[in-house]
Amino acid sequence: MAAPLAVVLIVAVTIRAVLFRSSLAELIAQRVEVVSPLNAWKRVVEGLALLDLGVTPYSGDVFHETPLIIYLFHFVIDYSEFVFMIADGITAVALYLAVQDYNKIVFRKQKYALEADRYPRDVLELIQTPKDMYYIPLKVALFYLLNPFTILSCVAQSTCGLNNAVIALFILCTIKGSAFLSAVFLALATYQSIYPITLFAPALLFLLQRLYIPVSLHCPRFWVQALQYGVMFLGSLVVIVCLSFFLLSSWDFIPSVYGFILSVPDLTPNIGLFWYFFAEMFEHFRLFFLCVFQINVFFYIIPLSIKLKEHPVFLMFMQIAIISIFKSYPTVGDIALYMAFLPVWSHLYRFLRNIFLVSCVLLACSALFPVLWHLWIFAGSANSNFYYAITLVFNVGQILLVSDYFYAYLRREHHMAHGLYLKRKDGSEATLVLK
Amino acid sequence: MGLLSDPNRRRALTSLLTRLNTPLCVLCYVAGVAWFMGLAFAPFSLRCYMSENAMGSTMVEERFSTGERALGAAREFAAQKKKAGGMPVQWLVQAMQSRGLEVYTQSFSRMLPFPDESKERYMVHGTNVYGILRAPRAPRTESLVLSAPCSPDGANNQAVGLLLALAQYFKGQVYWAKDLIFLVNEHDLIGMQAWLEGYHDVNTTGISASPLQGRGGSIQAALSLELSSDVITSLDLVLEGLNGQLPNLDLANLFHAFCQKTNILCTIQGKLQRSDWDTVSGYTHSVQTMLLMVLRQASGRSWGDHGLFLRYHIEAATLRGINSFRQYKTDITTLGKLLEGMFRKLNNLLERLHQSYFFYLMPSLSRFVSIGYYMPAFSLLVLILLLRALDLWVQLSDPSTALEDCATEGEEVSSPGLLSLLTPVLISHLTGVALYTLPVLSQHAAVQHFPVSETEAVTLTAVAIYTAGLALPHNTHRVLSGAGTERGWRVLKLLSLLYLSALLGCTALLNFSLGFILALTLVPVTAFITPHAPRLLSAGAMVLLSPAITLLLCVFLYQELQEAPVSPLEGWALFLSAISQGILDHHLYGSLLYPLVALLVFPCWLQVWNILFWK
Repeated sequence: MAAPLAVVLIVAVTIRAVLFRSSLAELIAQRVEVVSPLNAWKRVVEGLALLDLGVTPYSGDVFHETPLIIYLFHFVIDYSEFVFMIADGITAVALYLAVQDYNKIVFRKQKYALEADRYPRDVLELIQTPKDMYYIPLKVALFYLLNPFTILSCVAQSTCGLNNAVIALFILCTIKGSAFLSAVFLALATYQSIYPITLFAPALLFLLQRLYIPVSLHCPRFWVQALQYGVMFLGSLVVIVCLSFFLLSSWDFIPSVYGFILSVPDLTPNIGLFWYFFAEMFEHFRLFFLCVFQINVFFYIIPLSIKLKEHPVFLMFMQIAIISIFKSYPTVGDIALYMAFLPVWSHLYRFLRNIFLVSCVLLACSALFPVLWHLWIFAGSANSNFYYAITLVFNVGQILLVSDYFYAYLRREHHMAHGLYLKRKDGSEATLVLK
Repeated sequence: MGLLSDPNRRRALTSLLTRLNTPLCVLCYVAGVAWFMGLAFAPFSLRCYMSENAMGSTMVEERFSTGERALGAAREFAAQKKKAGGMPVQWLVQAMQSRGLEVYTQSFSRMLPFPDESKERYMVHGTNVYGILRAPRAPRTESLVLSAPCSPDGANNQAVGLLLALAQYFKGQVYWAKDLIFLVNEHDLIGMQAWLEGYHDVNTTGISASPLQGRGGSIQAALSLELSSDVITSLDLVLEGLNGQLPNLDLANLFHAFCQKTNILCTIQGKLQRSDWDTVSGYTHSVQTMLLMVLRQASGRSWGDHGLFLRYHIEAATLRGINSFRQYKTDITTLGKLLEGMFRKLNNLLERLHQSYFFYLMPSLSRFVSIGYYMPAFSLLVLILLLRALDLWVQLSDPSTALEDCATEGEEVSSPGLLSLLTPVLISHLTGVALYTLPVLSQHAAVQHFPVSETEAVTLTAVAIYTAGLALPHNTHRVLSGAGTERGWRVLKLLSLLYLSALLGCTALLNFSLGFILALTLVPVTAFITPHAPRLLSAGAMVLLSPAITLLLCVFLYQELQEAPVSPLEGWALFLSAISQGILDHHLYGSLLYPLVALLVFPCWLQVWNILFWK
């Protein structure tokens, strides 16, 4: 399996290298869909220039990346293209290995259940066979590396690619069962963009499951493990933040990065939901609605963890998707990360209801973004409402996609427990309805 | 969300949609066309009204009275032009300077990709002369432009004369809050392109021009004047710009308001407006006017010198004086008053024109159809594609049809073979790329081997590649994977349907008319083509509705609507010149019609063609 992965990597790198050399790269780097004020490359360059001049990079309101990123590029600025290509490669390989391991776990679980005769007889066709699962890791890598969204993001040198790599490594370490590394990478991802802190719950659930510790508030081993993981996470977060402080010897980055993410002062249009609302908002409602909007990212993890506590990896996928939909400065690179997971759930295909509709919506929106942007900004004939309308449709499409997968997952689990052909009490055929 | 999540209702809905698919599609098509034709009916369109407050209530008295001087200047300009054998730059500079303007010149040169036979030019050298009247009452941050083209033949002298007379008159007034720029551009659009690129200091089309020495503020609005006679019977307003862009509707409203005030007959698309909207002939008249606008907008060309301003977000229109045999004449003084009034109103603007509509069609000068009214006509046509796609999706995902396929074709069913799908798509697009690049690249080779001129070589190569595209691609999958599978063409058709609907949707947003005309012809073929249909008949229908024949039909329709019908042979000549003009417009001004058709629409049509010959 290593050879096909290598081929995919080579193809992906070739495409990126060609695009980097073409005149398109400059155009792509300016697209608001691809770069946000947080991760735009030209802002990183600006921050580096300020740093070289001996000024703190956070003076002014241009640079909003974390100190570690700027010090990383301080050393490798001449090889920045390679850094972004390597980051994409790392993400793909990490996801590949993670999914490979995850499939082994799923397979083992299925085997035990089959041996214990826990499945009803008619669900055999729902069981994932190794033949089905064999190509999934490769497909995941393929989906990530050759997704146009990832390619655009990489060619624009959006630092989103680096965040994705960190999150992918976090997923890999979690699935490999290394609590310490998982906590370190989670801390790093949180340090980069706050929102991944919500992945704490699925990671903890996964590690608990791995050690066969029940998720129960009365079980002392649960508390020990949770505390241990929490301390590791917080410890590494403190270390990283302090390291940043010592690098710059100032706390400027806290308001400039995290304040910027949470209070959304920059209303440059993007594919998210924030900019239009807060451009239209009266100033004295701002704080309230800011809380309402931001809580979306953090709140859903609670009901989802309760519902999906047996399925932490699916929970992780759901939460990454939710982050990429509801975060304050989303870009297409964020979407690419959760889309890479779609092949893992290919066995849910028969239960998906709106996949055709949703993929049409997402494709049409991707085509319409540049058109409406042109009409608004260059031709001047349309206005921001047109662009926001398409943003809304795009996000509704994403939400439908995620909820469709959620429904399909739950439905499959239900069938696995109760049999594929459900009967009503009176013996007639029953259908599952989500209301 | 009940509809999407309740399986029973979903099943009912999908079965309804699949069972009634064909009648629904036909209904949608008929409804779409009917809706479109209904737009021209007066009760269904809105009456124009001025939205911009700054131009609404300020009535002033126009005092321009030096029409004679304008005619004198025009005669002198004509004499000097004849003497110089082109633009009399020196004389113009002196004339403008003597009227108190800051005068600058800009020289430019451009080599066309191939000779333009209709305008007889290949290597173009020229000079633009412009004078700036600085605003006495405000900082120099905004400006207005009045331009007149200097044509090589005897036309447009009066426009330059009026421009000079207006400059002299405006100089004496104290109320200007915006810089006024008076521009005489040579070689119509090429000169305008050079001047605009120089003004905004960009170079997008590879024209070589000297940099501008003097600038006013950011241009808020521009009027271009075309006038070739001392008196006129009517004044025509031209709105359609490059790539189908239109100026803000308030500019048309402003023009109409002043025409009414000064009693000038005004037309749009050369058609007077009629008051008898409830009679058949009145309705046909407005349909004709609207269709002319649609055809002109769809062509993506700039129909006057104003068209290039629109790209820079500057509202602009061309006023074209028409002198026909009608008794009622208007003298040049009245025309000057009209321009004075319009400029004074534009001078009052506090922001760019943005209050009124940008997306509209005009069945007459006093009525318009806004985007909310015309989009449903287009949406109904695109809905057909989506309905068909849904139908195909249901067929493809339904296990019962899959089983049926299984019985007939064995194991091929599970995957139609990426290769057998990718090849036609790839070949279609490569043909498109060839159509886009080869005509201009291969003109010299063609001229050496065939007895044709360069222009003919370009157009004929384009036609040849287009025709060759029909013969080329539709056999490949047979070589690759034996007979084409049932599922194969269905998947290919699903792809083409979605591709076409996205393509048409984007096109219609950018240029509604083009999107609508393409939808009108491409939707029926794409929706109803199958390999099982009678081959000869469907092939004939497909060729008849292909993009090139659409263009040919549009040429005939346009001539018919202009009341200048042409014989088939002349029509063919016009068709060829339309192709060469399309290619030239793309290379000279960056018009997008030719690349759109060659790189996207034609390949999409070829994919559908491929489905027809699947077996």
